[in-house]
Amino acid sequence: MASFSQWFHRLGSPKSFYELTGKWLPWLGGLAFVLLATGTVWGLGFAPQDAKQGNSFRIIYIHVPAAFLALAGYYVMAIAGAIGLIWRMKLSHMVMKSAAPIGAALTFISLFTGALWGKPTWGAYWVWDARITSMLVLFFLYLGVIALQYAYTNGDAANKASAVLALVGTVNIPIIYKSVDWWYTLHQPASLKLTGGSTMHPDMLQPLLVMIAGFYCFYALVLIMYTRAEILYRERRTRWVQELAGIAETGG
Amino acid sequence: MFQFDSLNAFIDMAGHGAYVWVSYGVSLAIMIYLVVKPVARINQQLHTLKRQRGRNIRGTAENSAGDNSAAADV
Repeated sequence: MASFSQWFHRLGSPKSFYELTGKWLPWLGGLAFVLLATGTVWGLGFAPQDAKQGNSFRIIYIHVPAAFLALAGYYVMAIAGAIGLIWRMKLSHMVMKSAAPIGAALTFISLFTGALWGKPTWGAYWVWDARITSMLVLFFLYLGVIALQYAYTNGDAANKASAVLALVGTVNIPIIYKSVDWWYTLHQPASLKLTGGSTMHPDMLQPLLVMIAGFYCFYALVLIMYTRAEILYRERRTRWVQELAGIAETGG
Repeated sequence: MFQFDSLNAFIDMAGHGAYVWVSYGVSLAIMIYLVVKPVARINQQLHTLKRQRGRNIRGTAENSAGDNSAAADV
């Protein structure tokens, strides 16, 4: 356990995080690109079309992974906020701040692609359905965290306020998950289940799993990049960042 | 196996082409933005720091640009 806590402590220091993740980025970026490119080509051209929905069904390969990560990203943001509140870890506040715009973007993608999928399938771009409305609430929660970050001139107060909002907002997450079961909704029930069989045909399911893996890698990549930018900004007066700028200056 | 007979059929997607391609296009644009934004921010910050550092070096007339191995945690 000593080695784990050492590792955790090391990763918790902004400088170590910056150095360590610098080595991960090319691999993570390459993996995300390969998975997303494969899944997109597979899903757009090679997966069979849906018997009822036709080709509009191909939107699933963006819509579902984006929605997955919009929800998982909310957990990342709320947990980072909690760690920052409890242990006053600088890095976790930076992760929380970075997770907000990424989560908002992914939530927007899932709402937007859902609207475009809804038009040919349900005949309407938007319906005030439980699943869709609770996703819209998620979008506003992300926007709220972003807004709170800019509402305070005192960085510490901004961190605390947005962490509290992020934590309170977690109430919404199980509501989103369960919305298709609790209420009679237009939105189709989950096609993917961790326990029990999926309702999708393997030919349709496999590219979806590739896309979900790709979105996870993409999320990790982008979250790390946003956090690195935030680290450089908040630590700009420290010696190591000054030296890093010096290294960049000599072309190294 | 490729599901479409021709490129036109692939683009048209039996009438659903507009919905599918706009979904993919907008998502791609947003995802590219998510990658470009932090890269631009990091470059801009390093640029600003370099400028400030250049001023400081000229101010003290002491060039230590080559000495970057002595890292110290703050």
